[in-house]
Amino acid sequence: MSATISLPGFADPVEEAQATFRAVLDAMARPGTLHRAGERLAPPVPLDQAAAAVLLTLVDNETPLWLDAAAAAARDWLAFHCGATVVETPLDAAFAAALSLPDLSTLPGGSHEVPEASATLILQVAALGSGTRYRLSGPGLREPSVFAASGLPAGFAAVWQRNHALYPCGVDIVLCAGATVAALPRSVSIEEA
Amino acid sequence: MPDALPPDQPQAARRRWMAVLARASSDELGERLGTLPDYRVLRGPEAGLVMVRGRTGGGGAPFNLGEMTATRCTVRTETGQVGHAYVAGRSERLAELAALADALLQDPARQPALLETLVEPLAAAQRARREAIAAKAAATRVQFFAMRNMRS
Repeated sequence: MSATISLPGFADPVEEAQATFRAVLDAMARPGTLHRAGERLAPPVPLDQAAAAVLLTLVDNETPLWLDAAAAAARDWLAFHCGATVVETPLDAAFAAALSLPDLSTLPGGSHEVPEASATLILQVAALGSGTRYRLSGPGLREPSVFAASGLPAGFAAVWQRNHALYPCGVDIVLCAGATVAALPRSVSIEEA
Repeated sequence: MPDALPPDQPQAARRRWMAVLARASSDELGERLGTLPDYRVLRGPEAGLVMVRGRTGGGGAPFNLGEMTATRCTVRTETGQVGHAYVAGRSERLAELAALADALLQDPARQPALLETLVEPLAAAQRARREAIAAKAAATRVQFFAMRNMRS
């Protein structure tokens, strides 16, 4: 199992994990805003710095992780540095890492008794801040804001609105590209701009 | 007890040298390794707590005995071997050197020489230390059956 780990994790685990956690907190609090994460990290193929840093920060031995086919190339690195159990079915996952948008309904969305038992999807996209434009509104945004990302599938807004309609249940997404992080909590409403 | 492992298991040799390395001191390990080859630290060295579990009467129900400090480290050598070490206490240098030695010992080209100059002498020294303590303890052993014999 250890044969394919060739890259270290955070050089300074406490400092860098705290900085990344702060970036994710801020991103969740203000949907669609861009934050930096993992700039000092050398991530394994195919992960970008931000996606690798967010996974190192959030995932541990108590949170089952599901990887899509493309992200599975980093499986050994994630299993070693996070100590996480990698699960085969998305429904068992607390965190999911993917390079293309999976069917959100296959991820656990929590229940009305325990809405926090839902999954968080860490989705790596081509770019944040450019590409298709979306209009976001909801908690954390004083007025609707415009958010741009490239790499999300066509019709993403409609897919998202089905997830948003489940509120307080539903999946949260952390979008990562390069060393940039943005978040789409389930409470945010998205339409194409 | 590194000497008590069955030798026919594929991992037994590695388990034995990892146990010997973990019980060594960082000074004797550093001395015997000499000039260190290039390597990259993948994780640690970092100290943490591990729960030590025991069994009542040696084979009964498991219980938590208490936590102990342990230090772990993982390194990768230039030749691609990944070595791990978990050592008792908080000596980061020992964990790093033991992980490096574990990686080097997995290299077939280096293994025979290292087993001879590193692992065997350390194992012998550890066995001698253990036996010296056992001999000291044996000298103070109380033979309870002698008291029973005196009364009869």
